[in-house]
This record gives sequence, structure tokens and C-alpha cells, in this order.
Amino acid sequence: MSGLSALFYKEMLRFWKVVVQTVVAPVVTALLYLLIFSQVLEEHVEVYPGVSYSAFLVPGLVMMSMLQNAFSNSSSSLIQSKMQGNIVFVLLPPLSYLEFFLAYLGAAVIRGLIVGLGVWAVTLWFAPWQAPHVGWLLAYALLACGIMGAIGIVAGIWAEKYDQLAAFQNFLILPLTFLSGVFYSIHSLPTFWQAVSHFNPVFYLIDGFRYAFVGHSDTDPWLGLLVAGACFVAISAVTLALLQRGYKLRH
Amino acid sequence: MSQVPAIRVDALRKRFRTTQALDGVSLEIAQGEFFGLLGPNGAGKTTLISILAGLTRADAGHAAVMGHDVVRDYRAARRALGVVPQELVYDPFFNVRETLRIQSGYFGLRHNDAWIDEIMHHLDLTPHADKNTQSLSGGMKRRLLVAQALVHKPPVIVLDEPTAGVDVDLRRSLWEFISRLNREGHTVLLTTHYLEEAEALCGRIAMLKSGRVVALDDTKSLLQLTNEHCAQLRLDGDAVPAVWQGRLQRGADGSWVFNFGEYAELENLLADLRGAGIRVTEMQLQEPDLEDVFTDIMKRA
Ligand SMILES: Nc1ncnc2c1ncn2[C@@H]1O[C@H](COP(=O)(O)OP(=O)(O)O)[C@@H](O)[C@H]1O
Ligand SMILES: [Mg+2]
Repeated sequence: MSGLSALFYKEMLRFWKVVVQTVVAPVVTALLYLLIFSQVLEEHVEVYPGVSYSAFLVPGLVMMSMLQNAFSNSSSSLIQSKMQGNIVFVLLPPLSYLEFFLAYLGAAVIRGLIVGLGVWAVTLWFAPWQAPHVGWLLAYALLACGIMGAIGIVAGIWAEKYDQLAAFQNFLILPLTFLSGVFYSIHSLPTFWQAVSHFNPVFYLIDGFRYAFVGHSDTDPWLGLLVAGACFVAISAVTLALLQRGYKLRH
Repeated sequence: MSQVPAIRVDALRKRFRTTQALDGVSLEIAQGEFFGLLGPNGAGKTTLISILAGLTRADAGHAAVMGHDVVRDYRAARRALGVVPQELVYDPFFNVRETLRIQSGYFGLRHNDAWIDEIMHHLDLTPHADKNTQSLSGGMKRRLLVAQALVHKPPVIVLDEPTAGVDVDLRRSLWEFISRLNREGHTVLLTTHYLEEAEALCGRIAMLKSGRVVALDDTKSLLQLTNEHCAQLRLDGDAVPAVWQGRLQRGADGSWVFNFGEYAELENLLADLRGAGIRVTEMQLQEPDLEDVFTDIMKRA
């Protein structure tokens, strides 16, 4: 077992030991969203012709849950280790910054995928089954979890207190996910806000992921893939550069 | 050819904003030594250890563990080093055995259970193997930190104030175990506030003050630095011969305190007392200990 797989295993074991908090709770939250919004809007809203509102909403909810949980996994693990001081356990061994990155990223992606799968599974009872396009689904799911897992690493390293991390989450991650078309199509927005949405990378993730389910999207899924891929590469590069420098970890 | 030193630091400097934590520290510790690093709080001991461990980066100078530079060749350097950190840290998500298995994994060791069982046994952790680390007492958490530092059988072991807040029994069993590892060839670098511990265990000692080495020698030679012996005497009279009046101090309890360098001085005093017909009813001799030397050196530096 290389150091990388041990750190990855430790990160997986960490969230699995509190699975109620890390998996069950977000699934229940997503289910509540589905029940409330589809109850209220099912009769009134048809975003794409022939696609029910629940069928529209489910992919958005799955994606939103994956985004939040991938972020949460790496960021909360790191801030907890820093606050408690046990971060030294991973700083003392001969782990490279690349191994560090891959382990935290890998666990964040897995947590995101498990939560996404859970949300999808429970919403199947309440929304009609639709066979997704597996290629688009996987591409967008992996990129989304990867992007958020990496941002989570940066946030966890940067934050020195829990409230700084909460601020990061409340003022950056939440607005970006909520204002990205989880609950609506951006075509229902005024032109100005439609244009603004195109600067939000999360919009492309949700739009493309939804395309995998309903076959309709607001922009070309290939463009979305390009944007998401570029984001992932850019954020990973920043994260790796910070880790290599030992930013806030090795003084 | 002489062996590579277990630890070599060369002109290390480190500044934290306004504090010069290390101000040009050079040291060499040979393989197999039991080495003590002493100094008051804030002297820079933990900073020095952190640089060796790669937790802190030096502003200038070099450090190497078993000949491996801690920056350029960090993998080999860290594999050679086991560090027991000063802070009592633990990961509340795991139990004792999981903690040790995971720590082994970080060093690329997969089947390490035999050695894990052995260190748990020597540190009396076996009955607590399945307990969550959060539920361990302070002393137990400290032992777990020692165990974690040893999972990869490092040739060089660094302990940063390992006995702070640890009860007497544990201290003794910990030192027995560490001494055994030292006899088996591990190099030990120790910082501690208990100077009698350092005196009993360490073959050589360096003293740090404000980021500088102010003393570095064999423990024996250091002890000889201060030849300040001290005798406490009770006499059956109220006065001492006039020639000795300046040299003897009267203690609060009526006894006399005599500080001297050579034993000949004490012989002279006793002869003069007998000559004056003054009887010694009680006498206690105090040999200089590391505490005296330490205080002396810190005052002068
Ligand atoms: N991370 C840090 N940030 C700022 N100052 C520090 C930091 N670490 C240590 N110092 C300062 O450096 C000096 C040396 O500290 P340290 O090495 O912990 O001393 P010791 O272990 O000998 O008590 C102290 O003045 C301490 O306040
Ligand atoms: Mg210290």
C-alpha cells in the first residue's frame, strides 16, 4: 500500500464512519426539495416540451448534492485536522503534494458520487424513470465532483477557523449552486441574468448533467464539457501549486 | 570512513514575523546517541524539530537526517525520522489500532500488524486497541503518539517534551522503552523540561537560548562546568571562626550554608572548626546537578 492509498482509505473511512451525517442527511435534504418544489410547481411549469417538472428537477438536485458534498468532504476533513492538530500525521510521512492532492480529491469525488447516487435512487420513487445517457452523466458527475473536491481542498487549507469555511460556503458555493438553474431553466430569466449565468461554471455542470437525463439543455453540452474541463484543470493547477509551496500547512 | 551523522543541522535560521526563533544553529548528532536538547520556553527547540520533520521551512541553512537533506531528499529524510510532537494531538475518527495501521500505510507499510502489536504491547496500549482515541486519557494519548512515531521503525527518534503532564509510572515505562530502542541502535533526540530526566538519560546535551546554541557537550563535562558544591552544616555554637565569616551564610533555620569549589576547601573549614572547638552536629552535601548548570548557563548567555 503506497502512502497515497493509505491516505485515500483514511479519508473514505472518515466519512463512512459518520455516514448518517455525510450521506443520509444530504439525501434526505434533496428529497425534501423534490417533494416541496415538484408539489408546488408540477402543474404550472413545463421547462422543456414533454418533460415534467420533477423529471427536470431531479438531475439538478442530484448535481447540487454532489457539488456540495464533494466540497464538504475535503474542506471539512482538512479544517478539522488543522483545528485539532492531527494534520501533522499526514505531514510527517513521506507523502508528496501530488499524493496529498489525489487522496483528498479521490475521497471527495467518491463521497459526491455516493450522495448523488443516493439522491437519484430515492427520487426514482417520486419522479418517472428516465434512462440517462451514461457517457454524459459520468463525464459531468466526475468533473463536478473533481472541481468541488479541489475547491474544498483550497478552502480547507486557507480557512483558519470554522466560520471562515462557513463564509466560503455561504457566500460562494451556495449562491453559485442555487443561481445555476437547479430549479429553473435560465431561459426563464431576463436576458441580463441569462448572460450572467453563462459566467457561472456551475451552470454548465447542471445544464450538461441534466442533458444526460432529459436530452434538452440550455447550451451545447460539448461547450459545457469544455468549460468544466478547463475549470477542473485550472483549479487543480492552483491547488497543486499551493500544496507544493506548503501554503498554510508547512510554515 | 566515519558514519553519516543521524542528524546534522548547519547554520539554521528561522524567523516568524518579529521573532527570530532560530538564529544560526549548527549541531551534529551521531548515530546511536541519546541526545538532549534543552532550553527555556520559546528557545526554539520545537522550531528546530519542525524543520527536521519538514513541518517548517528554514529561512537559511541546511538540515539532514541520516544524510538525507530534509528539503531536497524529503522522502528518505522523513522515512528515517519518527517524531513525537509536543502537542497532544489525535484523530477522533479512529481507534488505536486503526490509527496505527493508517500511520503505517502513510509510510507504505501494508502488513505491519506484528510490529504494531509489539509497540502496543511495550507501551501498554494493547488493552486499549479498540478504543476510540477520543476516549483515551492524556497519558494514553501520549503513548499512542509515541507508537505512531515508531510504526516505520525509524532509525532516528525525536521526542518533543514527551513527559509533559504524564504521571510517574508512565514516565518510567516510557523511558525504559525508549532506552531499549536506543540500546538497539536507534538515535534519540529528546527535549524535556525535567532536567533530572535529561541528566539521567542523555549522553550529550545542547542548550538553546533565543535560537542560539549556548552550550553543547557531554553530560558529564557539562556537570563539571559548575564545580559549585554546597554543604549544609549544623553547628553546636552560634559563631564561626572570624576567617570563615564571609564564606558561610546563615540559613533561616539556623543552619550554615557553605558553597565551595574544591573539596580541599571543605577540609580546611572542618579543620578550623575543630581547632576552634566547634562541633559539627549535622552535615549534608549537595553535588551540582544539571539544574545548577542550566541556570548558570542561561544566566550567563
Ligand atoms: N508558527 C509560529 N508563528 C509565530 N511564531 C512562532 C511560531 N512557532 C514558534 N514561534 C515562536 O518562535 C519562538 C520559538 O518557539 P518554539 O520553537 O516553539 O520554542 P520551544 O519549543 O523551545 O519552547 C517562540 O518565540 C515562539 O513564539
Ligand atoms: Mg516546544
